[in-house]
Amino acid sequence: MRSPRSLVGGTPAAAYEITFDGRDLTALPGQSVAAVLWGAGILAWRTTREGGAPRGAFCGIGSCYDCLVTVNGSPNQRACLVPARPGDTVTTQEGTGHADLAV
Amino acid sequence: MPAAAPAAAAGRAPAAAAAPAPAAARAPDSDAAVDLAVVGAGPAGLAAAVTAAGLGLRVIVLDAGDRPGGQFYRHPAPGLGAARPGALHHGWDAFATREAALRAHESAGRITYLPRHHVWTVVPGGEPGAGPGPAAPATEWILHAVAGHAPEERAVRVTARAVLLATGAYERQLPFPGWTLPGVVGAGGAQAMLKSGLVLPGKRVVVAGSGPLLLAVAGSLAAAGAAVPAVVEAASYTAYAGRLPVLLRNPGKLAEAAVHGGALARHHVRLLTRHAVTEAHGTDRVEAVTVARLDRDWRPLPGTARRIPCDALAVGHGLVPQLELATGLGCATRRSSDGTVALVLDAEQRTSVPGLWSAGETGGIGGAQLALIEGELAAHSIAGAVHGAPGHAPRGRRVPRLTRDRARLRAFADAMAAAHRPGEGWTGWLRDDAVVCRCEEVPAGRIREAAEDLGARDARTVKLLTRAGMGWCQGRMCGPAVSALAGEEPAADRRPLSCPVPLRHLAELHTGDR
Repeated sequence: MRSPRSLVGGTPAAAYEITFDGRDLTALPGQSVAAVLWGAGILAWRTTREGGAPRGAFCGIGSCYDCLVTVNGSPNQRACLVPARPGDTVTTQEGTGHADLAV
Repeated sequence: MPAAAPAAAAGRAPAAAAAPAPAAARAPDSDAAVDLAVVGAGPAGLAAAVTAAGLGLRVIVLDAGDRPGGQFYRHPAPGLGAARPGALHHGWDAFATREAALRAHESAGRITYLPRHHVWTVVPGGEPGAGPGPAAPATEWILHAVAGHAPEERAVRVTARAVLLATGAYERQLPFPGWTLPGVVGAGGAQAMLKSGLVLPGKRVVVAGSGPLLLAVAGSLAAAGAAVPAVVEAASYTAYAGRLPVLLRNPGKLAEAAVHGGALARHHVRLLTRHAVTEAHGTDRVEAVTVARLDRDWRPLPGTARRIPCDALAVGHGLVPQLELATGLGCATRRSSDGTVALVLDAEQRTSVPGLWSAGETGGIGGAQLALIEGELAAHSIAGAVHGAPGHAPRGRRVPRLTRDRARLRAFADAMAAAHRPGEGWTGWLRDDAVVCRCEEVPAGRIREAAEDLGARDARTVKLLTRAGMGWCQGRMCGPAVSALAGEEPAADRRPLSCPVPLRHLAELHTGDR
């Protein structure tokens, strides 16, 4: 069974957990938040401001800002760039992620 | 302490812990200008930095990435324990030797390497009144960067006598209905996520768009275990035939193509040329794509549509040079044969602004091998300029040989670019209800209305009327499409800030920084 892991070989350091919308996900050391989500089969972690449409990673290199997500309560983080850290709480970002500021 | 001076006033550091300081052996003090600041640690920046350090220059490298290599040599973090990081790469040794040189120069204190530093602007410094242009060449440059990730980003300021912009490229996208569905990702995006995170977007991935990158992406995805039902290429490979002499002068490139071709055959990947994905289908994620045949101008031919089931689509139409730092300083640009805008560079990789050099994709999309050569050539030129002494003129045959190789590879790149330049008919698959600007959710119909009914003739006017290109990505994703709908050739990148900058960083700038 071919996989990205079998292709490059070797053994990752000890895995750890982060949560996404309350669900435990396994992260490998050095993965971005987006990579952890893709690894769990999750492709969308944001809804758009106007249409409420689901979005996730698109360009993969920090240029498109489609993968914005809320990490540990801070919204608008680029999931493809931000490294996942043990115990991170990742939550789907609704619109601007600043609903608490709405008047 | 980091090698560069944080712009924040003493005692005003954010409460959160700062990112770990880079292990620079001897940090320059905050106001002393280094000889050379290199922006970007991809193939061009890396080659330039290690060559310049070898020629005796004091170099700072600022790079947005976590590890050197840029997008082409993107590789897993050490924690992922990859025994064979080169398995996902072509020409890995060229990177490995330069990375080793970078670490050696770093240990010796000749290079300060600053990862996770995104340079958001470069401004002329030095004498008051100094600025771009031959009349008043800047004696030094000030580079401003955002270091680390929110909410702990720090402001960093670096001063240098010469600057090399090696800012690379991003992927060109031509929108189609359904391209905002989860599971539709950039071809380069799928490659980037695989190279660094060892993950795939799906189990059955269609690869589509145009350009040689598609073959590499399909090969990587298949090697990593994905089924790739088809590579859908809009151009026709017969377009290469007219450029045979150029192709034959680049046997290395032909061998590379043969490797990709062999990989596709081995993994039973179908190659459809003169075809495009004209729609992606699904509700919460992509479930299938429609593929149609194209005419010579890339217009979809009626009656040729067929559906291919998939759970992901990796799509892209080549690369676009990333130029905002250069255009912000007034560097002259030119139109490349693929329709993108690139910098005007001379034989020594000098931009039109004295004191500013550039190498790699910024001078026209040409690939990693060309970028390595251009970075090295730029370093020789910079060393001569900084030392101001002919004693540092390169000896021997290396520079003439690199110069010849550059010409050969540039000719090859131009042939590739011309063959894959988007045909005018591609907007035929762009229904009015299809989103064009992903950030601001602007459909094609609104952009056509601005162009056809309201008289917008360029992307800037379309932006003012529709908000297309006004969002987070600053037009990187929708720019080529908006230009096409407005009836103009894509304009040069213009972005006052090349990435989001916290307001507190702007508020804390030294008043003398302008």
